[in-house]
Amino acid sequence: MFGAWREPATVADQLGQDMTGRVVIVGAGHAGGTAAALLRQYGWTGPITLLGDEPIAPYQRPPLSKAWLKGEADADSLALRPLNFYGEHDITLRLSTGVSLIHPASHAVELASGERLDYDHLILAVGAAARRLTIPGADLKGVLELRTAADAELLKTALGPGRRLAVIGGGYVGLEAAASARALGAEAVVIEREPRVLARVACETLSSFFQTYHRDRGVVFELNAGVEAFVARDGAVSGVQLSDGRVLPCDAALVGVGAIAHESLARQAGCACEHGVIVDAQGRTSVSGIYAIGDCTRRPLWPYGVEGRLESVPNALEQAKQVAALLCGKPAPPPETPWFWSDQYDLKLQIAGLPHHAVRQIVRGDPHAAKFAVFHLDAENRVQAVEAINAPAEFMAGRQFIGSRKPVAPEKLRDMSISMKEVAA
Amino acid sequence: MAKIIFIEHSGATHEVDAKPGLSVMEAAVKNNVPGIDADCGGACACATCHVYVDEAWLEKTGDRSAMEESMLDFAENVKPNSRLSCQIKIADALDGMTVRLPESQH
Repeated sequence: MFGAWREPATVADQLGQDMTGRVVIVGAGHAGGTAAALLRQYGWTGPITLLGDEPIAPYQRPPLSKAWLKGEADADSLALRPLNFYGEHDITLRLSTGVSLIHPASHAVELASGERLDYDHLILAVGAAARRLTIPGADLKGVLELRTAADAELLKTALGPGRRLAVIGGGYVGLEAAASARALGAEAVVIEREPRVLARVACETLSSFFQTYHRDRGVVFELNAGVEAFVARDGAVSGVQLSDGRVLPCDAALVGVGAIAHESLARQAGCACEHGVIVDAQGRTSVSGIYAIGDCTRRPLWPYGVEGRLESVPNALEQAKQVAALLCGKPAPPPETPWFWSDQYDLKLQIAGLPHHAVRQIVRGDPHAAKFAVFHLDAENRVQAVEAINAPAEFMAGRQFIGSRKPVAPEKLRDMSISMKEVAA
Repeated sequence: MAKIIFIEHSGATHEVDAKPGLSVMEAAVKNNVPGIDADCGGACACATCHVYVDEAWLEKTGDRSAMEESMLDFAENVKPNSRLSCQIKIADALDGMTVRLPESQH
């Protein structure tokens, strides 16, 4: 399915022989910022321009709902690299700079200001936007989302002892924000449409574990609950009205109901898109000279033989590495098993793989002790995915099992008296 | 500031002046030292910031936590002086420390 639309002999075949071309990177997030740095690390000597529409240099987004929100990390520690890094490595970083159009035939991008920038290689690292609710009151003051540092700043000022946060959506962002709100002394209610939190991204054992853990720490859940409207008082949100008519009072509402890939620029440039910019394992789009990396892409998911969109830092870094290696003519780095992590309270969740072909689950350890892992096996007892809570050995071993494709013995996996090293042996 | 010396597997050397309080991983990433991937950004979730601490400095970097120990158990080419550099906080006492990087982080 991949590469069907790609000409066998493209510009890419001559890549690496000439590292003097002009690279323009649209999007200065984790993916874009890393791609720029790696290009220099791999020996690219041509001009690199990094365009960001936010006013700040590339920074880490994961802490925005965790350590940063709780006041445990400052702006300096959020920054991916110090500001002087870009000048020192001859990377032209232009912030608060939007791109309005790509001219693929003449190899140029047009900025929102009307200025044209010529490129030899264009990397789209444009990310995704928080999905918005189209219900009455969705644009009220105090109805928040969490993608950017500016969003997080607003959320932080809304939290504190005695404040009430309503979270719409029981995904990772919502649960992490609820945990941080509790740590700051605020009340938190999580409203979820599905019968369980993390319904799309984790197994039932994990959902039920997280619900209990959050409830024990004062988070209230409204499951199977639709949201009809945000209720206003004095122009700001004061409550969330549910489908059953009840109104849950709040001082702020955080909407965390997924993200939509920014694909309009790519689409307009002729790149094939389908719930994300379609790329191959090295980040090539269907248009010669244009690459895409990070949250905005729909990519092959190794080793599952399917395509999908991943929203994670490891994904951004992997694709940044792939495209930088491609442009610099280095051998393609080996493909990586997708993985994710989340911190909530004193819990470290680590997930490797995707349970695409899984038919059974093996639980190792004790959920009541908050230290366990769920292994997802296919019909041949090969590990497809592992979800680990405070269980780093299970995560690391599971990740290796997924890559090796070797069958494991379920009875050994289940037996805590057999170490993960022995299971792996 | 404390000086940390990173030596790549190839032998290439990078001297970095780092602010106390940062982790050794952060000092490497912020200065574009090749060979430290740090996929998780310092959450001790990935074991891609593996380094070998020069024996003379090992004690000063403190003990591995149980979490770090478990992560390292499954990393490649682990030695007695292996550490995850995101778990070593830079302090004045580490001024001049040398760490060596493994051939690969994956």
